[in-house]
Amino acid sequence: MMSLFAKFDDVRMALEGFKTLGRDPSNIRFEQILSPTEAVADGHSVLLFGTNNYLGLTFDPACIEASVAALRSLGTGTTGSRVANGTYADHAALERQIAAFYGKSNAMVFTTGYQANLGLISTLAGRDDYLLIDADSHASIYDACKLGTAEVIRFRHNDAEDLARRLRRLDGRPGNRIVVTEGIYSMLGDTAPLREIAAVKRELGAFLIVDEAHSLGVLGERGRGLCEAADVEADVDFVVGTFSKSLGAIGGFAVSDLPGFDVLRVACRPYMFTASLPPAVIASVMAALSRLDADRSLSARVRSNGRRLYDGLVKAGFEVGPEANPIVAIKMPDPATAGLFWNRLVDEGIYLNLAVPPTTPMSLSLLRSSVSAAHTEAQIDHAISVITAIGREFGIPGGNKTRVSEPA
Amino acid sequence: MTNKVEDIEREILDLLAKQLPEGTQVSAEMRIARDLGLDSVGIMDFVMDIEDRFDISIPLDLIAELETVADLCTAARDLLKGAR
Ligand SMILES: Cc1ncc(COP(=O)(O)O)c(C=O)c1O
Repeated sequence: MMSLFAKFDDVRMALEGFKTLGRDPSNIRFEQILSPTEAVADGHSVLLFGTNNYLGLTFDPACIEASVAALRSLGTGTTGSRVANGTYADHAALERQIAAFYGKSNAMVFTTGYQANLGLISTLAGRDDYLLIDADSHASIYDACKLGTAEVIRFRHNDAEDLARRLRRLDGRPGNRIVVTEGIYSMLGDTAPLREIAAVKRELGAFLIVDEAHSLGVLGERGRGLCEAADVEADVDFVVGTFSKSLGAIGGFAVSDLPGFDVLRVACRPYMFTASLPPAVIASVMAALSRLDADRSLSARVRSNGRRLYDGLVKAGFEVGPEANPIVAIKMPDPATAGLFWNRLVDEGIYLNLAVPPTTPMSLSLLRSSVSAAHTEAQIDHAISVITAIGREFGIPGGNKTRVSEPA
Repeated sequence: MTNKVEDIEREILDLLAKQLPEGTQVSAEMRIARDLGLDSVGIMDFVMDIEDRFDISIPLDLIAELETVADLCTAARDLLKGAR
């Protein structure tokens, strides 16, 4: 009999290959977390430049105090689903708070952002409907497509005209069209052309879902994300997001103004058949969201920190993503060099993410960094100088490099 | 545009040859993932080129079922005939 795991031979071999370059990039241990920007990993003191901790709220005193108080008064877990015994007063209060933050009438809180996408997308799109998703969508969006029954069509990354062409191909067929995009894309830090996509949606008649996982608290005057920054909030039917990045905890949500939205609570299986978030998490998320709502300087700081890292790396000659956002991806010539470079960075006290095909767009090998509002300018400048010094060891940047170009 | 399977096959093989390193031999019997060395993302991107060439939509669940280049040609022909 063949091993059950034989079908994963390719992945296993690729991982073995990376392990020969140094540490196992899929299994690095953080022995101590000293602050939102400092830790001890594999015995090395490291600056954290790959944690999606955009607002640096993981150690915010108000969040911690609220969380501890909820833990003491309500216990460690809800031990049940939202539709059974798992909706406490604060689960409902957090939903009202998120809805108010977005100026929408309804919000649903899920146990993770992954489940929010899985649940919302697979439930909204029925058998005769069409899902049109950006080709570079996050795994949770692809998995939602697999879970659901609708026909799924991919459009070229960030290409509104291509979306229009693919929508027109469906002319004459019944069924709703549901378009899914993200705000900031997690690998290269580029943003969706939402104004153009919203125009296509209006013209050709479709619903629009935007996943603001990496843009909540990062973009927009009030930190609501790309929809706010691009001034298309009225055209967006559903915003999905996560508490696991800028709000420093875990959990997911969806907001909408569409009447009837609430029926999803008894139709959406990834909402109904899993336990709800523990009270301590709900409490810290409420405090974090209040903080974001009250203090606009946080978003402003993560954006300016992103620009500082981006500009510094461009100036040093590295090839980076097409836009200066808090996700800054450095292009490496191949996966092995990326792996070696990544190991050297950990040795020298910088932690960021190693990202290699097939999880990256255009088969790129990337060192993916993300900045936080909690980073000091000195920490960012230090990271740039360490990356530049190690780059010299590898002969990167090589010739006259530019930014990673988008596919035509 | 023609709906003959041989013509569709020729077009698809041409598109495929452009996608792969120069000089790679391609034939209809080849298995898309194993023989052509395209990863899952590469396959999906190649399928988008075919969709645009023939002005059809190949649904994602169908892509997952395609094993050989010939399967892809049959799928394209069926979609062109409006079978799906
Ligand atoms: C675009 C996108 N959507 C959804 C998620 C899932 O978020 P969560 O960590 O809350 O499951 C992520 C995070 O990995 C993401 O990058």
